[in-house]
Amino acid sequence: MSSSQEDIRNLTDREYEYGFVTDVEQDTAPPGLSEDIIRFISKKKNEPDFMLAWRLKAYRRWLELNEEDARWAKVDFSPIDYQDISYYSAPKIKPKLDSLDEVDPDILETFKKLGIPIEEQKILSGVAVDAVFDSVSVATTYKAKLGELGIIFCSFSEAVQEHPELIKKYLGSVVPYADNFYATLNSAVFTDGSFVYIPEGVRCPMELSTYFRINEAKTGQFERTLIIADKGSYVSYLEGCTAPMRDENQLHAAVVELVALDDATIKYSTVQNWYPGDKNGKGGIFNFVTKRGKCKGRNSKISWTQVETGSAITWKYPSCILQGDGSVGEFYSVAVTNNLQQADTGTKMIHLGENTSSTIISKGISAGHGQQTYRGLVEIHQRAKNARNFSQCDSLLLGDRCGAHTFPYIDVRNASGKVEHEATTSKIGDDQLFYCQQRGIDPEDAVSMLVNGFCKEVFRKLPMEFAVEASKLLEVTLEGSVG
Amino acid sequence: MLEIRNLHAEIGGKEILRGLDLHVRPGEVHAIMGPNGSGKSTLANVLAGQPDYEVTAGEVLYHGKNLLEMPAEERAREGVFLAFQYPVEIPGITNAYFMRTSLNAQRKHRGEEEIDAVDFLSLVREKMKLIEMDEKFLNRSVNEGFSGGEKKRNEVLQMALLDPMLAILDETDSGLDIDALRIVANGVNTLRSEKHAVLVITHYQRLLSYLVPDVTHVLMGGRIVKSGDRSLAEKLEESGYGWIEEEVAKGGAPA
Repeated sequence: MSSSQEDIRNLTDREYEYGFVTDVEQDTAPPGLSEDIIRFISKKKNEPDFMLAWRLKAYRRWLELNEEDARWAKVDFSPIDYQDISYYSAPKIKPKLDSLDEVDPDILETFKKLGIPIEEQKILSGVAVDAVFDSVSVATTYKAKLGELGIIFCSFSEAVQEHPELIKKYLGSVVPYADNFYATLNSAVFTDGSFVYIPEGVRCPMELSTYFRINEAKTGQFERTLIIADKGSYVSYLEGCTAPMRDENQLHAAVVELVALDDATIKYSTVQNWYPGDKNGKGGIFNFVTKRGKCKGRNSKISWTQVETGSAITWKYPSCILQGDGSVGEFYSVAVTNNLQQADTGTKMIHLGENTSSTIISKGISAGHGQQTYRGLVEIHQRAKNARNFSQCDSLLLGDRCGAHTFPYIDVRNASGKVEHEATTSKIGDDQLFYCQQRGIDPEDAVSMLVNGFCKEVFRKLPMEFAVEASKLLEVTLEGSVG
Repeated sequence: MLEIRNLHAEIGGKEILRGLDLHVRPGEVHAIMGPNGSGKSTLANVLAGQPDYEVTAGEVLYHGKNLLEMPAEERAREGVFLAFQYPVEIPGITNAYFMRTSLNAQRKHRGEEEIDAVDFLSLVREKMKLIEMDEKFLNRSVNEGFSGGEKKRNEVLQMALLDPMLAILDETDSGLDIDALRIVANGVNTLRSEKHAVLVITHYQRLLSYLVPDVTHVLMGGRIVKSGDRSLAEKLEESGYGWIEEEVAKGGAPA
């Protein structure tokens, strides 16, 4: 009777496209976590004492934390053995590279398979790429050009060496080392990531971009990103990732901290496509990420845009602390769960300053047996006069075996606050599909078109080149599952 | 062009069409009238391939091919167009994009080149002028927030653009004022040619005064019980369906 349901099911059978492993000799720490391992990591990275002290402080705190306390999210997985994870892995290459010619050809080949031709990107799109291959950065481009403007865009390890004063000042200032189980673990063992500093009054002339990739089997990836936009500056940062196919679950516990000073704007866009596991839920990445931005200065602005299509489990709440008066926080999200994927994602908007405002637009798409939760907190503190929030959470169900859940938390302590929340749940209607078919449109194409229409508000917020990629990703993810 | 024989169809286990026969030749405009629940919309939906309806007996030949075996999108590509009684809203997809996707799907099926955005725009503008529709509707989401009349007009626009061999209008006139009615009729009239055929399903005679049908049928109890020329439609408008019911009862035909 309902042929569209069958169509959707038939469409759910595409394999993950990026399943391959690059064979690069890895310099890998033995599995297990101890103070010795942390000292090993810190030494390997030639870190100053304050970094080691900070890592150890985090590690000791982590030992006191109970993972069960972090299990409030609506996701289900078997316990992780943290002693079975290797906490350090670096491709064996020279630490400093002058040009792409010096990069391991295997690594370059991997990027090509992923459709990330670095050279082409440099030439065509003017995107400076800081490519993180497993745990060590292997290629940094456009550094000179950015350097002229005083912009620092480098790997986290390099920043620790070259700009320890900035690291000391801002590391953990948004996500403290004791923040939560996974962020604390990251603080103890993180290996690399990106660092960005935009000086006062500078508008970064290009989109800064990092592609992350997990490569070594059983190596948990602990990235740490810190972006500081000084007074009156602007930066747009893109983060995208894919991962090779594998059987064992991989933990990915990243931390991203953003700091915006007076009148500064940070736009952070993510396309996340970690390996989601196979149709039976085997394998796939656990994506337990803490992302938070602090609008520290007056009239500063932080805008998160994310397209989450991958991972077996996503646990992620890019948030804004609106501390400066008149600051603005935004969160635009498209999350897709297919097969047995689970996602518990959303945002927190913490209004501390006067006349602060926030916008939340969340689009969740569930297909197959996918389970998806939107969880959002809007908190208006006592001092936050005239704070405003608008939230809109829409869920789209494809097929009849998936689920969508919405948990909005609202806490208002100032009577002048104004909070609006809208939520809808819809299914791709048989009537919509039939309407498209009656106009001659293939049902697969129709589903893809309907889903894209549903996400349009968020895609519009992505930088141009990302918007195309996101649309394509959605098609692939849902073609495997939707169309 | 269209040959319907002894068509039986049901929805949710309830039989609606009970042995319907209809023969439409190229170049003809047929009007189908009938009281509520007589099966008019069911006929339109069955011809278009709406999956909720189940055909239990009979056959439908379209250009000699078995129409009932084709999936809905193939029927459309073969030139069967349904102007929906309740056009569906598609948020986030512009009318222009939707219509171009649709037109290209059909062109591809016919082995023609896809139309590019520029050519499409000039084509669709020409059609919009014809049915006096504002160009702003091109960039709005398909039917979203359109008034009832605007939705109907959008159906006629798509029809004019796709140039179907067999157009089925399912109560396209209901909810239209007299000016809109004239424009819709104009749109349909431009489609008239010796190759095209139109099936107009309506409650009212008034559309038929702008759109003079070659044949008028009365559908009742899931069958066509009377056929005639335009005067039949006028008589129905004046006297209702009571007299036909009596005739049918006298004739002993199954209701």
